[in-house]
Amino acid sequence: MIEVQNLHKSFGEAHILKGISTSFENGKTSLVIGQSGSGKTVFLKCLLGLFHPEEGSISYDGKIYSELNSNERRDLRSEMGMVFQGSALFDSMTILENVMFPLRMFTKQSLSEMQDRADFVLKRVNLADAHNKMPSEASGGMQKRVAIARAIVNKPKYLFCDEPNSGLDPKTAIVIDNLIQEITEEYNITTVINSHDMNSVMEIGEKIVFLKDGIKAWEGSKETIFKTDNEVVTDFVYSSELFKKVRQMYLEERQ
Amino acid sequence: MTYLHNIGAYFIMIKDMFRKPTKWSVMKILIFKDIDDLIIGSLGIVAFISFFVGGVVTIQTALNITNPLIPKYLVGFATRQSVILEFAPTFISIIMAGKVGSFITSSIGTMRVTEQIDALEVMGINAINYLVFPKFIALMLYPFVISIAMFLGILGGMAACIYGGFSTLEDYITGIQMDFIPFHITYAFIKTFVFAFCLATIPSFHGYFMKGGALEVGKASTTSFVWTSVVIILVNYILTQLLLS
Repeated sequence: MIEVQNLHKSFGEAHILKGISTSFENGKTSLVIGQSGSGKTVFLKCLLGLFHPEEGSISYDGKIYSELNSNERRDLRSEMGMVFQGSALFDSMTILENVMFPLRMFTKQSLSEMQDRADFVLKRVNLADAHNKMPSEASGGMQKRVAIARAIVNKPKYLFCDEPNSGLDPKTAIVIDNLIQEITEEYNITTVINSHDMNSVMEIGEKIVFLKDGIKAWEGSKETIFKTDNEVVTDFVYSSELFKKVRQMYLEERQ
Repeated sequence: MTYLHNIGAYFIMIKDMFRKPTKWSVMKILIFKDIDDLIIGSLGIVAFISFFVGGVVTIQTALNITNPLIPKYLVGFATRQSVILEFAPTFISIIMAGKVGSFITSSIGTMRVTEQIDALEVMGINAINYLVFPKFIALMLYPFVISIAMFLGILGGMAACIYGGFSTLEDYITGIQMDFIPFHITYAFIKTFVFAFCLATIPSFHGYFMKGGALEVGKASTTSFVWTSVVIILVNYILTQLLLS
């Protein structure tokens, strides 16, 4: 479980995160949503330890990040998996080498053991026959699946995804969303996803945190987000015509 | 203030390069890859330039010796001194700042832009050690490149001298053996090691700390070439003053 208390982060004069408090449970897929510039990526990078907040604390199963020494932080980070918006696969390595990379760095497994594990996770993300391809030869959806395989290969306790289905067609996006949710439940991982895609919210949003200008404006689940009267949330959720119609139907039903 | 900030950040990067080392089994592969990219991959251009510039130095020296009282073997002597003291270590290093430096900056910069460096950091890897240290070790073989440049520069001079009819082979050989001071080789290799350090670290700094997108990668490569050249020229002056005067 990840618990965030009163998180503040600034860059120079710009105060990006203004006292965010929330928590993310094990085995559940949590989404952080909000408009571009709302502070989602900064929030995620704080969770990952890439940015250091000025105020507030983040604890991972009771371990407060700011109180850990550098070796403990390194150990904690080896328990994290991250799927970046642009996949961030290493260009100089094949897909198999990319997936084996965390094992090479953090385990003492033999080459055959590492290959077996990488084979297993590549099969899990339906990429059993892409081992020797270079990342540049893979499609956007394949790259995302390789990134997920790399993120889970070392059996992480925490999985973070920054807009995992951006740039993908709606069908592939749903495949990626469902894959993340299945993996989260299967391995009992704490998963936090940054997104502004309402389809993802409808598919996998077990817990949703809505950010607006660096403030947590709303928190709930996919069942409650469409019923809330919070204007900030409804403005965002019903910005598309499709969702406006869904809202209309819901209000008519309620009357 | 920006310059001071960058100088401070550069020295912190140097310190971080030796902290939290990457697993040797992984580092070994990275070092061999960088030796291939930075050292072996540069031999062709270094050999080509050295041979022909050595020839040009010889021709220009021969053409400027118009006084019949000056012995012909001075052509070989002047070529040897120019090549060993200045041309091979410094001139080749400036060329390497363009070739190797731009390669280092653009490859690390692209990794920054595409979040590959963030991916390393998220995994708990010391990205500076992982990326810069193998380049530093690989470039410790740079004196090997400079030795080849010295040899080919003098060989090119010899070819130009004989085929251009400026002096005989015997005169040229006499010239390159005359008044040889072994410390000049030591001086050249001390410079080379310092230049190798600059070639590994300054372009890495510009790549690692760049911000922005693809356009900024190009700008960072240019800036890195300019600063690496400036530092090499300044260090060359300081070391020459310290070691030879």
